[in-house]
Amino acid sequence: MDAVYIILTSSLFAISCGLLGCFLILRKMAMVGDAISHAVLPGIVIAFLITGTRDSFEMIIGAALLGILCTFLIEFFNKKAKLQTDAAIGVTFTSLFALGVILISVFAGQVDLDQECVLYGEIAYVPIDLWISDSGQNMGPKALYVSALTLIVNILFIRVGFKQLYLTTFDPAFAATTGISVALWNYLLMGSVSMTTVAAFDSVGAILVVALLVAPPATAYLLTDNFKKMMLITCGIAIIISILGYYLAVLLDGSIAGAVVTVAGILFGLAYLFSPSSGILLKRINQKKEAEKLAMPKV
Amino acid sequence: MKIEAKNPVVEFHDLTVSYHKKPVLWNIDMTLPQGALIGIIGPNGAGKSTLIKAAMGLLPLGSGYVRMFDEALDKVRHKVSYVPQRETVDWDFPTSVLDVVMMGRYSKLGLLTRPRKADKEMAMNCLRKVGMEAYTDRQISQLSGGQQQRVFLARALAQEADLYFMDEPFAGVDAATEAAILAIMQEMTANGKTVIVVHHDLQSAAEFFDWIVLLNMRLVASGPIDKVFNNDMLQETYGGKLTVLAEVGELVRKRQMPSREKY
Ligand SMILES: Nc1ncnc2c1ncn2[C@@H]1O[C@H](COP(=O)(O)OP(=O)(O)OP(=O)(O)O)[C@@H](O)[C@H]1O
Ligand SMILES: [Mg+2]
Repeated sequence: MDAVYIILTSSLFAISCGLLGCFLILRKMAMVGDAISHAVLPGIVIAFLITGTRDSFEMIIGAALLGILCTFLIEFFNKKAKLQTDAAIGVTFTSLFALGVILISVFAGQVDLDQECVLYGEIAYVPIDLWISDSGQNMGPKALYVSALTLIVNILFIRVGFKQLYLTTFDPAFAATTGISVALWNYLLMGSVSMTTVAAFDSVGAILVVALLVAPPATAYLLTDNFKKMMLITCGIAIIISILGYYLAVLLDGSIAGAVVTVAGILFGLAYLFSPSSGILLKRINQKKEAEKLAMPKV
Repeated sequence: MKIEAKNPVVEFHDLTVSYHKKPVLWNIDMTLPQGALIGIIGPNGAGKSTLIKAAMGLLPLGSGYVRMFDEALDKVRHKVSYVPQRETVDWDFPTSVLDVVMMGRYSKLGLLTRPRKADKEMAMNCLRKVGMEAYTDRQISQLSGGQQQRVFLARALAQEADLYFMDEPFAGVDAATEAAILAIMQEMTANGKTVIVVHHDLQSAAEFFDWIVLLNMRLVASGPIDKVFNNDMLQETYGGKLTVLAEVGELVRKRQMPSREKY
């Protein structure tokens, strides 16, 4: 049963991250996802200091606010201070992350949070942290509920805002002329990324969330040229890496989250080599065939 | 030289636009007529793209204002369409030709409503008009430049607007596509729609447009083509750098344009 809980939780988080990641990588904002997942740290610590618990609603709100602040600062440095995007991202998230690290070390005594757990998470503990209802009934692992709720919220968000998200991703100028607020949808998307990140950080950790945001959608991007299919393939990959990752970790007796991301990396590598549309191997073979065809008549 | 339109659909009032405090458009003040095919002409960096972006509310205005249909843009957005320069989007985006054209229908749909069958038929009609119906499901990266331009035009048609701003729709298209696009625009203006086009080629400009706006950071001229499209005005616009202009006036004179007086 433990295996099922862990795989299920990790799949649900990976699907949430992957769906948002599809939009991020097409907006060429994969690194913003990276930035947000780090920048939420001070929000988490402050919310923790205020509420004293680790799985609270306030914590998610605190993180979402920090994520939006991070997005805002990146835009600000980029547009107003005319800093290049990568530099703006680099400055913003490292500063916010550093602030979080300082907060943790200053309040180390009061905070049951350490960098290790924030950075790497521990999904193996998912089956231990149970939700016991008031009547004493065991309702199953808490993280499973959090991951399911996160996925529902994300699916609702993408479903309701699909047209707007899609259009502002493909052609923001055109979207703006039709009266869609590009900035609003950007902040909504980044808010969702922040919430998902913080919901997942307990289980998979802040660093590995980044891999879930980027690797499955990037792999799917190589495999199809249809956006809806790209989202479906991303979901499939999310489930595959969760299952294979779990058993790889069991086999190696290592970190589950680490193994999940390793599998994600391997799948990306395979897609890069063998994808029918953009895989380099097939491209090479085709080029060779073409070249041979061209060379034929001369012989 | 500035001639006011009798039946204005767009009015620019003392418009000034700056990038980072450096003005690139100064005191643009003009009116443009309804139902005309209007060419905006000027050298590179003259501010042509800036002018239509400012009109579409994509840039903050330094001073002045723009009115369309005698209203502020926000009130009449559904009647106005913008065709950006082709290079502004990522053509590797995982989307099909039909999907892009469907985007033209989005503004007609509510937040939650999904495109209906009628919207799809409408989009297909627009693709047919621009001769791209054979490419419906093609991924957009697999299109030539001219085909991409036609997809953008189809998306604009799908908006069913009354006023169109197009940034260089003729850039990099072959003669046949150029003729096809021009025919569509002429059909639109014949139906009372107004089409404003940024254009570079002076020879074809003489044949295409009813009304010409000459721009070089300031407004050099705006008026019916036979009144403003002449050697002096073009020399002023291009700063005397043009040597091939003599023929242009000739072209305008030769052009058959019976209804020109209406503007
Ligand atoms: N985003 C920007 N930031 C700063 N300056 C800009 C920006 N966009 C345009 N400019 C400047 O504004 C001026 C007008 O540019 P604009 O793109 O409107 O010219 P254009 O007439 O469309 O030229 P082209 O024929 O080359 O398309 C140019 O001098 C350009 O350098
Ligand atoms: Mg331009």
